[in-house]
Amino acid sequence: MIAALRTPRGLATAAILLVLAVLPLLTQAFDQRYLLSIGTRIVIWSIAAVSLNMILGYGGLVSFGHAVFFGIGGYAVGILSANGLHSGWLQWPVAIAASVLWAALVGALSLRTRGLYFIMITLAFAQLVFYVSAGLEAYGADDGLNISRSRFPGLIDLRDKASFYWLCFVLLLGTLWFCSRFANSRFGFVLRGAKSNDQRMMALGFPVFRYRLTAFILSGAFGGLAGILLANEGAYVSPAMMSWVKSGDLIVIVVLGGMGTLFGPLYGTIAFFVLEESLKPLLDLGRKGWGEYWQIVFGPMLVLIALYARGGIDSLLGRRRG
Amino acid sequence: MKSKLFGPATIAAMATLGMGSLPAMAQSPIKVGFVSTFSGPQAAIGEDMRRSVELAKEHLGGKMGGKPFEIIYEDDTFKPDVGKARSEKLVLQDKVNFIAGYIWSNVLLASLKTVTDEGDTILISANAGPSQIAGELCNKNFFSTSWNNDQTPMAMGEYLNTKGVKSLYLVGPNYAAGKDMLAGVRRTYKGTIVNEDFTKWPDQIDFSAELAKIAAAKPDGIFIFYPGAHGVQFVKQWAQAGLNKTVPLYQVFSIDAITLPQQGDLALGTLGAQEWVNDLPNEQNKRYVADFKKKHNVYPSYYGAQSYDAIMLMASAADALKGDLSNKDKVRAELKKANFKSLRGDFKYNTNQFPIQNFYIQEAVKDSGGMMTVKTIATAVKDAKDPYYEKCPMK
Amino acid sequence: MDYLLIQMLNGVQLGLLMFLLAAGLTLTFGIMDLVNLAHGSLYMMGAYLAWTLIGVTDSFFLGALLALPATFLLGVVVEAVVMRRLYARDHLDQVLATFGLILFFNELVRAVWGPAGKSIAVPAFLAHTVEILPGVLYPAYRFAIIVVGALVALFLAWLVARTRLGMLIRAGASNRRMIAALGVNIELLFSLVFGLGAVFAGLAGLMAAPISSVKIGMGDDILILAFVIIVIGGIGSIKGAFVAAMVVGQIDIVGRAFLPDFLKTFMSSAAASSAAPAISQVLVYVLMAGVLVWRPTGLFGQRT
Repeated sequence: MIAALRTPRGLATAAILLVLAVLPLLTQAFDQRYLLSIGTRIVIWSIAAVSLNMILGYGGLVSFGHAVFFGIGGYAVGILSANGLHSGWLQWPVAIAASVLWAALVGALSLRTRGLYFIMITLAFAQLVFYVSAGLEAYGADDGLNISRSRFPGLIDLRDKASFYWLCFVLLLGTLWFCSRFANSRFGFVLRGAKSNDQRMMALGFPVFRYRLTAFILSGAFGGLAGILLANEGAYVSPAMMSWVKSGDLIVIVVLGGMGTLFGPLYGTIAFFVLEESLKPLLDLGRKGWGEYWQIVFGPMLVLIALYARGGIDSLLGRRRG
Repeated sequence: MKSKLFGPATIAAMATLGMGSLPAMAQSPIKVGFVSTFSGPQAAIGEDMRRSVELAKEHLGGKMGGKPFEIIYEDDTFKPDVGKARSEKLVLQDKVNFIAGYIWSNVLLASLKTVTDEGDTILISANAGPSQIAGELCNKNFFSTSWNNDQTPMAMGEYLNTKGVKSLYLVGPNYAAGKDMLAGVRRTYKGTIVNEDFTKWPDQIDFSAELAKIAAAKPDGIFIFYPGAHGVQFVKQWAQAGLNKTVPLYQVFSIDAITLPQQGDLALGTLGAQEWVNDLPNEQNKRYVADFKKKHNVYPSYYGAQSYDAIMLMASAADALKGDLSNKDKVRAELKKANFKSLRGDFKYNTNQFPIQNFYIQEAVKDSGGMMTVKTIATAVKDAKDPYYEKCPMK
Repeated sequence: MDYLLIQMLNGVQLGLLMFLLAAGLTLTFGIMDLVNLAHGSLYMMGAYLAWTLIGVTDSFFLGALLALPATFLLGVVVEAVVMRRLYARDHLDQVLATFGLILFFNELVRAVWGPAGKSIAVPAFLAHTVEILPGVLYPAYRFAIIVVGALVALFLAWLVARTRLGMLIRAGASNRRMIAALGVNIELLFSLVFGLGAVFAGLAGLMAAPISSVKIGMGDDILILAFVIIVIGGIGSIKGAFVAAMVVGQIDIVGRAFLPDFLKTFMSSAAASSAAPAISQVLVYVLMAGVLVWRPTGLFGQRT
């Protein structure tokens, strides 16, 4: 690991993790409370991106409905909260269980398809949940629902921004650790083998469908975790959390950061948020009023990255050994 | 040798100059945050609001309470989570004294707590008026220069009763505001409701099926709510189906100065309800409409008028407190007086800090220059209160 | 009976409009294996270009006619600058790049034409109703859409079945490498196909404009529906796109026309009124999911 730190990639990652670890202290010192909010959202989205990377990056399965887990995790918390059940010990397991069940159902039905068909069917299932939640009058429909944060009495107060941030950060570390075990295990290698050539893996006797389904379920579970955190971050849930545009954003993030790499999703999330926040003021510096058209720059940037930075940001950080 | 340059008179002069500049340094500008939609298909509404806000700034000479003020615009891109994040930035990073704007109910609901509770900042809604905020979620930091969502359709319902419209077909989009609007007209309308159709939101652009149903049902009138670009689509198709000759159209929020240029002649004769019309005969309104039209060659809409009012409301409080906004209780007290010349005429605030106001019926007509606009033809209700204020704990 | 006929015609009109959009998409995906999210932007550009040209020529017919080669040119340029570099890439890179194009086009439109939507009026010679049966009135313009849509469908059917280009299209859809190996100028073929897809998208956009409006992002929501259609029909199959589009069009209209009343027979009126559109929205996705579970490559798609 020390050797890894000597590479540009290792240094960059270590630096990022270090800054993230002490972010609340930094924002306190410089009186930049808004940055802590952004930082919290970056950490939560990174968890979602890492979860998508499990099936997208390592498995080659392009799910265009991953944001649905934001919604399932979030609404599980939201619905329980609206009914007076505020205990995090109840809400969070229920939310994860719901995500797992949904992932199992969708995976079982979708994994029979390939390519664009797979993309579309995952989108279809996500849209289903989206429209159902937009129809839930009792829970705000598309106005959304303001909720109270999950309670863990005696343990942690999620209303405290710094405590909440650190909880998210620890969960991100946990997710990254899990992902690294996942990718480097026999399970992970079979999955990656199937990504490049599933016929060969099947010929070798591996039940590829079952491996993929398992990966899909794991990915959904962590996606649901991100949803739980997102609901707690804003104390608000709405169907917009799982719009197909959000799923698109997640795919962009994973590809941008570098698919099939451990920290790629983290780089991608940071880049995505930083670009969104900073392109506008940067353009305004050039000429007042230009900032509004930031997407005219952002759009082509995505095109260029897709064309020339194969392997995303991760590849820009230097060659990988082996 | 004593230099004349540093004589007592010079020192006195320099001291006066120095002291004179001190208050100037303490003059940090008043900051106003404005959250609206500036991109995507609904950007025209945000543009109208921005133009009105800038006009208000011009009319105020760039100052409120003697201090210069600046407006920081943020784009909610029509998404509640983005609106919330932008509002948070305005409150935490820019540390604005007031936030105004908010076209959409869901964006407002998502942002409310962040601004009024966590940020303890005053929020003036220049459009969205969800029933929750008029009722149980009312907040001392929340003021409206628009209305509560139900009021406008309720006013239309009252008018339809007086006009003797016996049967009505309701059509609206299937989301929270759409359901509120149709429910609002049901509250007051006493005739027969032939049918109620909810259309898919936001992606349905073709209304042929619904229009065919309406043609078959032959009601005395259609009532619709289709904000922004959707209003253009519905009105066009209603006219193209020949229904403009057989079934009159009554609407709220679907035909306004922003959509009329596209709806053109097809909208002629339709009737709508709103708390502000551009021909209301008070001085401040005449000035606003004239200046706006001169600058931008189009008429302002109620979105703009409500935004202009928001700035004027803030200015009234700042003026009363001579620019000192440090004591928020005092600021709130001044705002609550609504002691300013609103474009719709003077109004008072209800306990939930929503205006008690009149609603007018307006007809889509052509002005002397051939441009489509609206004209007041009746007052639907006077001094109307929203139906939710009693649920508000503030008294 | 008349009412049913009108609703059926509505379904046909909607279906044909969707077919125009879906045809281009299925062609580019089938021949070039290209996921083009920016197809909706071509739809939008067709409408905006038509608006400008109609304004310049002061004639709907002329403006619309000129907008077609203009959109073709736009398509060719986009293909040369961006798409050409994406053929060898995997779908994800294509998704990323074309997603970026959507953002770019939306902002471009806002910068050039402004944030307020534009309006194209129904041409005077079509701005009336037609009596297709005694007492049954139908808007002439929508009738015209049906006619144009049907003509394009016939044209495509002829093109694919009876011309050399069509043969190359069918060959390319099943085996791209082979036609390259046979010495066909692939670059030219791809340019043509992409341009053709762009024209159809633009045509759909400008035809839809008089009944809806010309606005920023007008292609984005329709895009999803177009993808759903080509997936149901089978990627690369024009016939599949046609069948799927017609089915989806009819289901949509039937859903909106008859579902609320059907639901009211066993639900309260209020619940039925809001459940109907929700179900209608979901119906298309349920249909697609159902088709894919039964036939993982769509109705007429290539079986791998």
